[in-house]
Amino acid sequence: MSATKPRDDRRAAWWFLAPVLVGFAVFYGYPAARGVWYSVTDYNMLNTASYVGTENYAKLFADEKFWNSMLVTAWYVVLNIGSQTLLALGVASLMHRLTRSVVLRATLLLPWLVPNVTIGLLWMWLLDTNLGFVNQLLHTFGFDPVGFFTDETWAMPTVAGINTWAYTGYTALLLYAGMLQIPQYLYEGAAIDGAGEWRMFRGITLPLLRPVLALVLVVSMIGSFQIFDTIAVTTKGGPVSATQVIYYFIYQQAFKYFHMGYAAAAAICLALILGLLTAIQMRMLRASRSDLA
Amino acid sequence: MTRRTFSPGRALAWVAMAVFVVVTVFPFWWMIRTALTPAADIYTDNASLLPENPTLINFTRVLGLTTEAEARAAGGSGAHLNFAGYLWNSIVYCSLIAAVQTLFCAMAGYAFARLRFPGRDLVFGIVIAALMVPPIFTLLPNFIFVKDLGLMSTMAGMVAPTILMTPFAVFFLRQFFLSLPRDVEEAAILDGNGPWGIFWRIALPMSRGPLITIGLTTTVWAWKDYLWPLLVGRDEENRLVTVALGVFLQQSPNTQPDWTGLMAASTLSVLPVLVLLIFMGKRLVQSLNFTGSK
Repeated sequence: MSATKPRDDRRAAWWFLAPVLVGFAVFYGYPAARGVWYSVTDYNMLNTASYVGTENYAKLFADEKFWNSMLVTAWYVVLNIGSQTLLALGVASLMHRLTRSVVLRATLLLPWLVPNVTIGLLWMWLLDTNLGFVNQLLHTFGFDPVGFFTDETWAMPTVAGINTWAYTGYTALLLYAGMLQIPQYLYEGAAIDGAGEWRMFRGITLPLLRPVLALVLVVSMIGSFQIFDTIAVTTKGGPVSATQVIYYFIYQQAFKYFHMGYAAAAAICLALILGLLTAIQMRMLRASRSDLA
Repeated sequence: MTRRTFSPGRALAWVAMAVFVVVTVFPFWWMIRTALTPAADIYTDNASLLPENPTLINFTRVLGLTTEAEARAAGGSGAHLNFAGYLWNSIVYCSLIAAVQTLFCAMAGYAFARLRFPGRDLVFGIVIAALMVPPIFTLLPNFIFVKDLGLMSTMAGMVAPTILMTPFAVFFLRQFFLSLPRDVEEAAILDGNGPWGIFWRIALPMSRGPLITIGLTTTVWAWKDYLWPLLVGRDEENRLVTVALGVFLQQSPNTQPDWTGLMAASTLSVLPVLVLLIFMGKRLVQSLNFTGSK
């Protein structure tokens, strides 16, 4: 055979792709189309879905619980992403300027490896009103015990704090990996010019890290919007509806009340918000351009 | 590292780092410590770093190794627990998904990177677009689909949506195959190898690193899975550790959860990933450079 004839691997290619294409069609493409269809029907898993037009959406936009869940989710995202990003940035810069230890990095990764369910349980115990370690500590210092999960004002900051604890190490490692790409000579030059650590951080690390920071921010925000496990284990949306996040709202509509069509409509709204956020944030932080490239 | 000299600033930075490490690790210590405490001691013995009367009873009873009477005497609610079985289910679930998904995604990634066929970029674009579909959106229809297929409460139903592919793995492995030098493969073509021969004998052995990276990441995510296994695998026989932990908490009386038992079960759910971290820590840490910033 001649090497000059243009290759065509058509027959082999479809075999290489077959499992992935089947997986894609059956568990992504088909359900996505079905999801859109359910959102305009009154399906409850027992009946035959019948078309109801935009009724689900109209009901959704008039539903106080839906708006409450949006608000609660936004509050969670602000608390979680705010604290987590700031802390992770701090930890990553410390590591960047102090050590390259793999053991330290592996230790910081530990909470990320643990199921959210376990983390929820662990913190329910640590924060237990009567016997929990944290409340014992507060007691030692003369404070009254706090009902971290049972107090309406405290519940959401508590859940956000738990997930910040769980994901700060992981986020820090991502930022740290980005910092390692910044050329070392920039720091050496700045040190010769007499710049202190804080000026180096403001003048070198932060601006050169921006593309990585933007990416990490977008990815962790998208994850944060989809918080479910921790809430399903600890507060179950309560007290009252203080932690009734959108994912939990959809879950309950679908699997507790069997309002499949209604839940699908809410899921589409969430999908749209996530897409929009990604676009806005990418533009805001000009993440598409790297200052290093 | 340019400067290693002592300065008050650096000392302060180390102290801050140490505080962060303690805050990260301490909750795990407290979990293990509680798991080793007899249930009867929980009101009195909760101030020291080590339990006064260490015991393994909480582990044996959640693993289902004691009689019901013994478990009840040690603080259990009397509900049957079999964490040995749940751990096994989780291990099967993770291994199946990680192994099969990695292989299939590597095949597809290779085809998208190297093989020539009409519509390649279009098909790739469509597959990658699935990255933008949030899981909750496909979750509801997939649940109905798996239910209609009669796969509720089976391992097949639990692994079905993720075992064949995830868009991210396809994307990640394609990017890697694109970066492989072509000359080795071209030499193999001249030697008369077809696409399969090149893939198995050359491309796969050259991609051990990225394959392990994707396999490990997939294992960790599968280990943490909760919502889907909760919907599809509620039954005792195929319950995963995460689902079982949730059920265990619900079985506990509301007034006073069985904390020592819960912490023993939690410790068991952490052990396998801890082992993974000890043996593969370096690889896991490096994988973050791979998957995170590119």
